[in-house]
Parts: sequence; C-alpha cells; structure tokens
Amino acid sequence: MRLAVPPALRMPRGLTLIVATFVAAVAMVLGLGVAGASATSATPAPPAEGAQFTVGGIIQAGPGNPIEGAEVLVEGNGIEETGVTGADGRWSVALPGPGEYTATLDPDSLPEGIEPTQPDNLTRQVNASTTSTINLLFPVGEEGAAPVVRDEGALLADRIWTQVVNGIIFGLFLALAAIGISLIFGTTGLNNFAHGEMVTFGAIVFWFLSAAFREMAFPLNVILAGVITLVASGAFGWAQDAGIHKPLRSRGVKLVQAMIVTIGLSLAVRYVFVIIFGTGDQTLNVGFSGAVDIGAARVSWTSVASAIISAVILVLVGLFLTRTRIGKATRAVSDNASLAAASGINVDRIIRIVWVLAGTLTGLSGVLYGLYRGVSWDMGFQILLLLFAAVTLGGLGSAFGALVGALFIGLATEVSAVWLPNDLRYAIALVILILVLLVRPQGFLGRKERIG
Amino acid sequence: MDWGTILGNAISQIASPTTAAYALAAIGISVHFGYTGLLNFGQAGFMAIGAYAFAIATLGFGWPVWAALLMVILASVVFAFILGLPTLRLRADYLAIVTIAAAEIVRYVVSTTGLTPVTGGASGLSGFSGGFYALNPIPEGTYGFGPFTYTADGWWVRIVGWTLVAIATVLVWLLMRSPWGRVVKGIREDEDAVRSLGKNVYSYKMQSLVLGGVLGGLAGFVFILPRAVQPGNYGTALTFFIYTLLLLGGAATVFGPIVGAMIFWVVLSLSNGIIVGLVESGIVSFLTPDQAGQIRFIIVGVALMLLVIFRPQGIFGNKKELSFSV
Repeated sequence: MRLAVPPALRMPRGLTLIVATFVAAVAMVLGLGVAGASATSATPAPPAEGAQFTVGGIIQAGPGNPIEGAEVLVEGNGIEETGVTGADGRWSVALPGPGEYTATLDPDSLPEGIEPTQPDNLTRQVNASTTSTINLLFPVGEEGAAPVVRDEGALLADRIWTQVVNGIIFGLFLALAAIGISLIFGTTGLNNFAHGEMVTFGAIVFWFLSAAFREMAFPLNVILAGVITLVASGAFGWAQDAGIHKPLRSRGVKLVQAMIVTIGLSLAVRYVFVIIFGTGDQTLNVGFSGAVDIGAARVSWTSVASAIISAVILVLVGLFLTRTRIGKATRAVSDNASLAAASGINVDRIIRIVWVLAGTLTGLSGVLYGLYRGVSWDMGFQILLLLFAAVTLGGLGSAFGALVGALFIGLATEVSAVWLPNDLRYAIALVILILVLLVRPQGFLGRKERIG
Repeated sequence: MDWGTILGNAISQIASPTTAAYALAAIGISVHFGYTGLLNFGQAGFMAIGAYAFAIATLGFGWPVWAALLMVILASVVFAFILGLPTLRLRADYLAIVTIAAAEIVRYVVSTTGLTPVTGGASGLSGFSGGFYALNPIPEGTYGFGPFTYTADGWWVRIVGWTLVAIATVLVWLLMRSPWGRVVKGIREDEDAVRSLGKNVYSYKMQSLVLGGVLGGLAGFVFILPRAVQPGNYGTALTFFIYTLLLLGGAATVFGPIVGAMIFWVVLSLSNGIIVGLVESGIVSFLTPDQAGQIRFIIVGVALMLLVIFRPQGIFGNKKELSFSV
C-alpha cells in the first residue's frame, strides 16, 4: 500500500498552500460578514429578503446621510414594482426570475434640495442571470453642492468588491462539481460531458423534494431533502459507471469513443429533464431568509451558508484524498493505474468509489447552485464548459488544481462583469482558458508530461 | 393520424437544404475527425462564422453574393488559424475542449446586446438572401412530383446546396487518394511515425483544420438560405448532431456524411411526426405536444451512444480504419 503512494505525494505540499489560501479567503469573507451583520441588525429589514433574485442598493447623499422615501421603479419580465428606500437609505425589489430588467430612479421622489448627481443616467439595465443579488448605485447629492459625493473610484471599488464576493461564492459551487470531473478524468482518463447533467440532477431532485416536504418545519425539510438528494446523486454516479463505463472499459472501448458516449448521454438525459421539469426557471425556496452585508456587497444568508458548506466539504475532500487509505489509493490510481493494480489496489473498485463521490459532490453543487440562481433544465449544461475550463486551468486530473481553477473561473466571470456586458461573462472565462493554454498548457498545477 | 403527411414530410427531408447543410458540415468533420483524427467539437462555431459572415457582408456592406461567399471562406480560414495555433500541438482532448469553447465564444459574441447593430443581438439577422434568389435562373412556378414539389426558389436553394455537397465530396475523395491524404491518414494512425518520416505534422493538421473549417463555413451559408440567422441555432447541440449523423454514415467514408445526414433527418422527422401524431390523437396521453417535440433529442442521444458502442464505423465504414486511436 505504502509503496504505491510516493509518486503522488507531490500533492499535499500544494494542498497545504491551497487550503491555507482558501481558508483565509473564506475567513475574510465571513469576518467581514459578521461585522456587517452587527452594523445592520438594528435597521428595519428591506422588503424583499429571502427572495431568490433581488435588485437593490443604498441611496444616500454622502456618508451617514441616507435618503428616506426615494422611489426606484423596476420593470421587465412581467413585473412593474417600486422599491422605496427605508430610514437607512436601502431599497430592494424581488425579481421573479432571471431576465432583463430596467431600474429607474424617480427624481421627484427625492426630498427637497436633493437631486441626482447624474441626471441623465437615471435608468439602468439590469441583467439577472447568475448573480442573485444585484446592487445598483444611484448617486445623489445636495442641490448645487459638489456633485460627486462618493467619487467614481470608490463606487468602482464597491462594484468590484461585490463581484469578488459573488465570484468566490460561484467559484466554490463550481469547485464542487469540477473536482468530480477532475477525479473521474484522473482515474479513468475520461472527459465526462454528462457532468453538467449531474449538476442539474441534484438541483431538480432537490426541487421536487423541497416541494414535497413543504409542510415540514424549516431545518428538517432542508436536511431531509438534502440527504435524499445526495444519496440519489451518488446513485446516479454509481449507475453511470455500473451501467455504461464499466462495461465499456471491459470491452476495451477507446477513450474518445467513451467521451462521445457521454455526449449522447448528456443529450438524452437533458431532454428527459425537459420532459419532466419543463423549460421554465423555478426558484428554490427553503424558508431560509435574510441577507448580510459583506463590505459593500449584500449577500443572502442562503448564499453564505451555501458557501460555508462548499468550503467545508472541499476541505473534507482534501483530507479524504490525502489522509485516508481509499483517498491515497485514488491518487495512486490517478498517478499510474497499472502500477496501482500491481501493488494490490482494486482499480475498478476505486473507480466505482470515485464515480459515487463525484456524483454526490456534483449533486451537492447542483443543490447549492440551484439555491443561488434558481433551477432550470439546462443549468448544468450552461456551466459545463466553465467546469472544463476550471479543470483544464488547474491542470487536467489534479483535484486540487480543479479547486484553484474553479475559484479563478468564478472570479473571472463575475469580476469581468464590472467592465464588460453581462452576456459576455462566460465568453471571458473561455477566452482566458484559451490564453492560458497558449502559455502554460499543463495548467496551474498540472504536470508537464500530461499534455503529451 | 395522417400517415400520408407524416411519410411525405419525412421523405422530403432527403433533399431539404437543411440536410444539405448538415451533410456539408459533416464532410468538414469527416476531414477533421475521420481522416486526420482531430477532435473538432466546434463545427457549430464554423457554421456560425459562415452564416454571420455572409449575412453581415450582404446586409452591412451591401456586397454581391460572390463577394459575400469569399468573405465566408476567408472568415472560416481565419477562425481555423485562431483555433489551431494554440491547440494543434496539444493532446486531442485539449483540442476538443478548446474548439467547443471557441464555438461558444462565437455564439456569446454574436448574441451580445452591445453588438446588436452589427449582428442583430439575440434576435439575429434576416433579409440577406434577396441577392441570392435574384440569381435564380429557373422561371417562376412550381415543379416536381409527390413530396418533392417545390417553388422555383425552393429548387434553386436545393440545387446550390447539393451542388456544393457534391463538389465537396469529390474534392475530399480526390484529396484523400492523393499523397496529402495518405500523410493526413498517417497522422490519424500514428503521429510520431509520420513525424519520423520528416513530415511537418503541425502544418498538415492545420491544413486539414482549415479545409474542414471552410466546408463548415459554407455549410453555415447553405443553412441560412431558407431561414434567418439566429444565434440560438449554433449551440453545442448542433455540433453533436453533426457528429451523430457522421458516425451513422461512417466517419472516414466518401458517402457517409451524405447518407448519414439523409437518414438522420428522415428518421428524426418520421419519429417526431409519429410521436406528435400519437399525442394529438389522444393515444398517448401522458405527454403534451411540447414534450413530444423534445423526444427526438432523446432519440438522437441514445442513438449516438448505441452507435459509438456497437457500430463505431457506421453503416459504410471499415472497422479497421476507425479505431478512435487517441
């Protein structure tokens, strides 16, 4: 056993660094979160807490001078609602789902002597897609006073910070699914194009269960639905290996052929989802509400809890891979399957465990991502390329690389939205993928010989 | 259920311009995948490039048809170079991921709202085919028999589409019998062996990528003649459909792409007609007509899996020639 492991011992050193960075990032986010929460707890709750997609912001004429009663009209996607700022200057409007909206500040609703500092920029386009909480800033100031109270730089910094927080959360969800892809690729060499459907599977099963358990009290319904979803997702992974890939390996089917089989599976399963779920977007509401300020970013507690769950699970997966016998055997198989088999490791059993683990992690990623942006039949397929980009950037087959790659992709998609149109955010991640392949084809943590 | 209409619709798919476009794109993939062993998953991107190049050259620049067609070819060549430069030295699965990513980048870029004046954004472009139909030499009227009855314009688009398919087929057939074709097939079998014979493998792969890419771009042109350009049509599903029909016919065969495209569309239309017919006549009550329309995608997916597992060489293929050696 021990003899089989040394080739893969390179990873823990990388791991320590990654886990440290990662824990620091999460701690930073949470630390700021607690500080933000204590600051806002005394103020009245904005009207739209707990909704899946919200648009909102603070309207204030300078620091410590919030404007009460300012009205922002949000239109689009069949809604027309007005958000009114409270005593703390905050307003927010719940959106029915992803889509295009416009938000317009009504200048007449501002108190006497206060006017917008950008009178020709009162209508903003809002594109709700992956980010569930959208912050808008309508700068206002006293009439005739120095026009910009909060200067452009600070506004930009606020927007970037909001997107950084969103990017870390999104990256954590991606990481859960990307590690699944990476483990499967590492042990079998297979690029699994049906992985996106494993994400959707988790979200859809959870959606049905949370609807079925609607009558139950809050923590119990989520826990029960979550546990059943994870078991079902693990079974889905098991079924893919037992039903398709184990027989293909026994027949000696080549990897490209097996990859095209996963493409066929992806197509078939995706349209089974359409038939049972429909083409609409559904929101997941588990009865967990509230939001928290992390610096300038407003994040729902659901997202914070999801991010913490992802982080904990990722650390556990890291410990599993480095500390347990099965985890070490998994890395030995990734390193050299024949050598692992020769030293007494049951390679087929390890691959089966990897499929179940990947299914469970990916299903969890689907549940959390579904809570974050709603459930749709092709939600997993939409992020499949981001997952591949994460895995490729980190280094094909390196589980820890997948984590780094996923956080990088999450940040890149969200932060690029500060400067670029929202509908190009995924394109940016893919452009980065191609550019990185140009200069460092083996990815951040991959080994050079892997590129062949 | 009206069996006559269902059968007639299915049979008329054999000659439809969409079938021609799919066949042309599949010939491109057969050059990449079947003969050279390049795993190009971005053929939808080449088709999008071709379609938008033609539409923008016609609508935006007001160019005549021949100049717009040159634009299609030029844009496809440029896209092939952009795609090939970073990836052709890498392993096959990298090429697969990068090509699929590049095709998606194209789709995101043409559908972004910022480019609406040029590309029409999410709603796409239309009204670009006037110049093409003005070249139609066939006098007005309706010609043909049975399910193959079309207007003069219907005949014109079919004649042009299938002529392009025929030219591409002959060209690829001749090329693959030439010394160039033998080198390219050698790369598919064993890259290192070809390299050791002093051939520049990278350059041959690039030539193959450009050739198949231009065929993909022309397929995009044929694809849009009977319809508008819409970015939603160029998703990854399009590429996977083309792979399915190519594997159906046989990836490294002369007539595989054509017969594959015909069988693909006839079977798709037939099964869709039957399922929708069963639902509408109330025999199948657990599906709505909308859901019934999705079943064909499930059929394609399952067919792709079964084909690859049980008959990877397709209908015409020679099992020895296609060993998927990556």
